[in-house]
Amino acid sequence: MLPKWFDDWSEKNPIDIYRPAILLGTVGGVVFVVALLVTWGQPLATESLQTGPRGTGMSVPEFKADLAKPDPSIIDYYTEAAYDPADSGELARDVYENVQVLGDVTEDNFNRLMNAMTQWVSPDEGCAYCHAGADEGNYADDDLYTKVVSRRMIQMTQGINENWDAHVNANKEVGVNCYTCHRGQNVPSDIWFRISPVNENVEGWAANQNRATMVSQSTSLPSDALEQYLLNYEQIAVHDLDSRVDTQPGDPTIQNTERTYSLMNYFSNSLGVNCVFCHNSRAFYDGAQNTPQWATASLGIVMVQELNNDYLVPLRDVYPPERLGPIFSDAPKAACATCHKGYQQPLQGQNMIADWPELATTGTPEY
Amino acid sequence: MPEYQNIFTQVQVQGAPEWGMDNENNMMEERFGRPRFSNLVGWIGNAQLGPIYLGYMGVISLATGLLWFNIVGFNMLAQVGWSIPEFIRQLFWLALEPPSPEYGLSMPPLNDGGWYIISSFFLLVSVMSWWLRTYLLAVEHKMGKHIAWAFLAAIWLFLVLGLFRPVLMGSWSEAVPYGIFPHLDWTTAFSIRYGNLYYNPFHCLSIVFLYGSVLLFAMHGATILAVSRFGGDRELEQIYDRGTASERAALFWRWTMGFNATMEGIHRWAWWFAVLTPITGGIGILLTGTVVDNWFIWAQEHNFAPMYDGSYGYEAYGTYEGFIGQEE
Repeated sequence: MLPKWFDDWSEKNPIDIYRPAILLGTVGGVVFVVALLVTWGQPLATESLQTGPRGTGMSVPEFKADLAKPDPSIIDYYTEAAYDPADSGELARDVYENVQVLGDVTEDNFNRLMNAMTQWVSPDEGCAYCHAGADEGNYADDDLYTKVVSRRMIQMTQGINENWDAHVNANKEVGVNCYTCHRGQNVPSDIWFRISPVNENVEGWAANQNRATMVSQSTSLPSDALEQYLLNYEQIAVHDLDSRVDTQPGDPTIQNTERTYSLMNYFSNSLGVNCVFCHNSRAFYDGAQNTPQWATASLGIVMVQELNNDYLVPLRDVYPPERLGPIFSDAPKAACATCHKGYQQPLQGQNMIADWPELATTGTPEY
Repeated sequence: MPEYQNIFTQVQVQGAPEWGMDNENNMMEERFGRPRFSNLVGWIGNAQLGPIYLGYMGVISLATGLLWFNIVGFNMLAQVGWSIPEFIRQLFWLALEPPSPEYGLSMPPLNDGGWYIISSFFLLVSVMSWWLRTYLLAVEHKMGKHIAWAFLAAIWLFLVLGLFRPVLMGSWSEAVPYGIFPHLDWTTAFSIRYGNLYYNPFHCLSIVFLYGSVLLFAMHGATILAVSRFGGDRELEQIYDRGTASERAALFWRWTMGFNATMEGIHRWAWWFAVLTPITGGIGILLTGTVVDNWFIWAQEHNFAPMYDGSYGYEAYGTYEGFIGQEE
């Protein structure tokens, strides 16, 4: 194939081309990679948030590239400063009919809030999503389930801001409003339904685990953790706090530990953190080695139990069938991710009640 | 000249199949399977496949092992409603779980751990008859029983996990589930439930022997490969008639670290490290929940869990706003 003179020359001048080729290729490859790293920088650089004493390894690492991107739903957040109550009309209860929860709000502020709720919850459907007669000017009727649910949700929002201040304003004033969960959607993302038992033809602990489900966060851990701990008031219990065996009836079993693990895994994913954000992982139970975030999260558990049992579950009969759970037709329920959506603080700590004193209290709003 | 020193064995000896010795026990008659050669197998070992000697123990072991395997598999299949696609999709998640805690050591219903107990019985028979097989085959070959005892060390850990500890705890629910991810979940949960197994001294010992085994294996393997050009891979000859390979290997280590094992002794080192890994590990598991309930508190009582100075919580070290780059 090659000309004869080339083959003759090659035969007369034998030379090992493989060694220099491998050497050149290796050195060249290294130079190329180093040049990329020097010019463009480390593509996977991380930043760590230290959460405990040096030597314990307690820190939450994140990619710098992820930290540089703010929560995308912050930019879509609609807000508007309140009007002076002395100069914004009469109270809503005197102006409109059938105002049950926002009666103490002045007319302008009432309309400002109604408009914002539309932006937060039903930007595409508009007023008619809750007020069937909006086009005819009839806003008083309760004939759409969405309006009945909204009223309860306003009460829930007020209740959270007023009674769970230590959770929602733990670090600074953040609070919650409709957008914290809804983010422009009719139904918030990251709600959950009961799905356990998940396995067929078995009973007991074998029935509630070992399936990749949404509730188990695609692990094989139990799928009933949210149900037991955030709805049924199940006590979180893992350890025996005696060094030597002193087993009492009802002490936690390995199965209880696995269910707790499932819940904790859900916590981590919901907040975008790891175990050591709250715990020193060498002794998960030890309060002296927990961070203040552990206390905030513990309050969150009790708060979510209240939200589910006092507000969300009782609405079951109000919802149409398509809003209910796929297996037990149960009401949609909330948990950490419903608000946090993967961030330590929902909307990365954006203050959600500064402009909305109407939602910050069950009493008369303070402007 | 062909290269012999490589990751894989490149020289394959293939010829008339080697049938092995016969002896007064007529083992020849009980060997079956026509020997054949495989290049692929030759890369990682002897190119000859078969014949195999099963004997009573081998047959019992394979049969009961297969029963265990099928009971586990069909239970998994039942759990997904006999759907093959779902079975394949969820295979790594599925498990045959031990009984729920309320049944203690009694026989639970089949669908709540009963099948687990039955399958475990077959697994026990299978493993023990395979062990007996390693022992009896060593007898037939007039070998020492080192392999059987080493295997028994692993079986000790297996029995502690699935038999001894559940019996001492009074509940079969303490046993390990048969499933890929579920048995890993169990392992983590076991450690957390008992206050962190890292503070269990026998767990520490087990890790020492495990990592020690790895180190010894690497040192020995590397040493022999390095002197195989002098015949060092013919270890037995080097043991009773020390040649230059053995001398060089010994001198290398003596000059490197002042001490060297012998051609025979290195295998005792390796055997004991390997065997002590599951023996110490098994002791650690057996003490957990039966004697000690919280290893971290136990470690504090024995003054070897240090306390660290410093604050807990990120507030002492920075702000959330600073971390996400939104500090004003």
